[in-house]
Amino acid sequence: MPAPLLSLRGLTKTYGTVRANRGIDLDVAEGSIHAILGENGAGKSTLMKLIYGVETPDAGEVIWRGHHVALSSPAEARRQGIGMVFQHFSLFETLTVVENISLIVPGSKAELTARIRTLGQEYGLEVEPRAHVHALSVGERQRVEIIRCLMTDPKLLILDEPTSVLPPQSVQRLFQTLTRLRDRGVSILFISHKLEEIRSICDRATILRDGQVTGNIDPREHDAHDLARMMIGRDMPETRPAVAREPGELRLELAGLDHQPDDPFAQSLSGINLQLRAGEILGIAGVSGNGQGELSRLISGETTDPAASDQIRMMGQPVGHLNAAARRKLGFAFVPEERLGRGAVPEMSLADNTLLTAHRQGLVRRGMINRLREAAFTARCIADYDVRTPGPQAEAGALSGGNLQKFIVGREIMLAPRLLFVSQPTWGVDIGAASAIRRRLVDLRNDGVAVLIISEEIEELFEICDRIQVIREGRLSAALQVSQTRVEDIGRYMIGAEERAGV
Amino acid sequence: MSVLSAYRLVRRSSASRKVAVLAPLGALVATIVLNLCLYLAMGKDAGAVFHAMLVEPLVSWSSFSEVLLKMTPLLLIAQGLAIGFRANVVNIGAEGQFILGAIFAASIPVWFPQATGGWIWPLMLLLGGIGGALWAVVPAFWRVRLNASEILVTLMMSLIATQLLAYLLVGPWKDPMGFNFPQSVMFQMDATLPLLIPGTRVNVALVLALVVTLAAWVYMQRSFQGYQLVVGGLAPQASAYAGFAESRAVWLSLLIGGFAAGLAGAAEVAGPLGQLQRSVASGYGYAAIIVAYLGGLNPIGILFSSLLIAILYIGGDNAMVSAELPVAAVRVFQGSLLVCYLAAITLVRYRLVRVKSEVRA
Repeated sequence: MPAPLLSLRGLTKTYGTVRANRGIDLDVAEGSIHAILGENGAGKSTLMKLIYGVETPDAGEVIWRGHHVALSSPAEARRQGIGMVFQHFSLFETLTVVENISLIVPGSKAELTARIRTLGQEYGLEVEPRAHVHALSVGERQRVEIIRCLMTDPKLLILDEPTSVLPPQSVQRLFQTLTRLRDRGVSILFISHKLEEIRSICDRATILRDGQVTGNIDPREHDAHDLARMMIGRDMPETRPAVAREPGELRLELAGLDHQPDDPFAQSLSGINLQLRAGEILGIAGVSGNGQGELSRLISGETTDPAASDQIRMMGQPVGHLNAAARRKLGFAFVPEERLGRGAVPEMSLADNTLLTAHRQGLVRRGMINRLREAAFTARCIADYDVRTPGPQAEAGALSGGNLQKFIVGREIMLAPRLLFVSQPTWGVDIGAASAIRRRLVDLRNDGVAVLIISEEIEELFEICDRIQVIREGRLSAALQVSQTRVEDIGRYMIGAEERAGV
Repeated sequence: MSVLSAYRLVRRSSASRKVAVLAPLGALVATIVLNLCLYLAMGKDAGAVFHAMLVEPLVSWSSFSEVLLKMTPLLLIAQGLAIGFRANVVNIGAEGQFILGAIFAASIPVWFPQATGGWIWPLMLLLGGIGGALWAVVPAFWRVRLNASEILVTLMMSLIATQLLAYLLVGPWKDPMGFNFPQSVMFQMDATLPLLIPGTRVNVALVLALVVTLAAWVYMQRSFQGYQLVVGGLAPQASAYAGFAESRAVWLSLLIGGFAAGLAGAAEVAGPLGQLQRSVASGYGYAAIIVAYLGGLNPIGILFSSLLIAILYIGGDNAMVSAELPVAAVRVFQGSLLVCYLAAITLVRYRLVRVKSEVRA
């Protein structure tokens, strides 16, 4: 067996009291696609940061192409031939593709343009070098990031959850690119928690749990169920199937809503139609950046538009001119996609974060905060929603993303809303907690609450929604009954291939 | 193999309470050392300067009572400003609001010099507060309407207030019997604040300042309105998410800050001055900004920081006389104290970590 391209031996990294990585051993062979599989918080990102030189390990060795190396910075890693594409892109939106690339890669613009084109054809990464980045779709931006990495001629390419931002068709295309890269001798470290993807493309998978390696396998020899068990250490919980029931009264209605945001780079919305009744779950699918953020702010009341007062109706009343607090008074609750700084104040305790939206639950009397009730409400939320934290006085910013999400979802459900809106309900939440959140949402629906969900995970929407609408370039498709729709159909709407046939 | 080491700031998982208490003390020590070096470089007797500055104000009752007198306006203004600062509404024009408070309060004895009765001084204080708040209406209105920076508008309003004061004192409100000095008539007995401690100049305004401190503490710790202001300051997006109106936070912050500063201005003319004169604008409004931050924007912390800055005021006067220190040296001391403090509070949320990076070939 040839010597591996990259070997890690006993890599350990500790942050304060959290042991993010404990004695990690890993071998990446030349010319292979190697998956790192694990739940959120299992230590995948830390491990990648150690390999890419963003962080330095407390203990352990990195052996790169047969030599011990200490990667002290990303620049050093790049010099050695390691490239990384982050989940959140680092491109300047106001610059063109070639300008972005010339910031890192030396060479004249004409030269770079030619190389971008060649690489594009060679690996199926076509993108117009002179286009401005803000005009590109997410899939195209990802291609720019990959091309930028390839220009430094890496031997190892790290991709951090590359498919989480892509529609299904683009995922297939990305996989073709990765296969071609492997065939030309570039190894790929592929981070994901999507089991089917890993089974379809990876040669090897290393599974992490609680910062330790719990398995090192060939993913094609195991089914998704096995992988999930290795990943979470127990059987995968199942979501209860939804009970069919008659939809009730109209709780949310958007009728021909148009919106032109102040921010020139934000997506404008036009002709949005949506109807949501009591006792049903409506999902909004779509690739991120197609107007979800703008739409959710219009529904939540963080953006108010007196001119569109009548185009947004909640519980039968026009609310376009009302702010978030006034809409909440009507029985509206909302979980935003950003948890820190929007759904919660990072510097405040969980107890004080409860007060943010739960103050109408008897926590404030005559303008004064009732600390006892505040603490009791918070403790109940922590217990009922399995929030892992030292207690109600812990700062929200100290919680992991998944735990904070559980707290915010719990807080909003405890408000006993008539209309609940959840944006990205399970982003960054581990499998067990994600399925618990989905179960809660289905329970609410069965209890007659109207639930609206925006998600980029189609599987999730198919699992719990009654109907799905797809958002693309600020327009919302007609509603599709989940029971009569296939995932691929939604995918076609997401990339706009279904424009006419849909209505 | 070479070993490089450097220091780096790493965010703490939660704010350290111990450091929050130690930071101002550490900053004070650092300031004293820095200024000691400065005085030595200036060829002054550093020991004498520090004795005059930090010890003398405390050792005699008469000078300590002057400290309490100085502390009163600082405490009042800083409590009001701190509420706005926590809401991220940066009112740096307390000086102007202070002057307007003084002018409003002086209107009664100026226009009704013969009036008598126990109602006069309370009414003057009330008018002073209203005057300060009215002066803060202008920046609040423009901030809410046009998103004009309240920092600039409050500052410019202070300059206007200074001119308005000057105009009144050389024009309509000049004391006709005052040998053309730019000052108003001396206020009648009932238009001055009752003394608190006989034989000193300490008056009821000190009690008022302590009551305001308590009220500020309750407001920020217990009231839902105070909570909303803090949320708006820490995370504006979370504030919009919860539906707390930003415009209300701006109005509340500026009106509270203006009212407190106006109150202090009224207490100054009705207290130690006893008449409206130019020297009423002696920089309390700016010094109170330092007081507010030095006290960690916490009502109890501000109680201590206002005492400290008052000591430095009185001590600085002493040092100018006994150690021949230039007047600017006191300002330098105050300024360096703020700089040291701002550096020190970083450590409440961040840790200093020594980073070793080993480079192996």
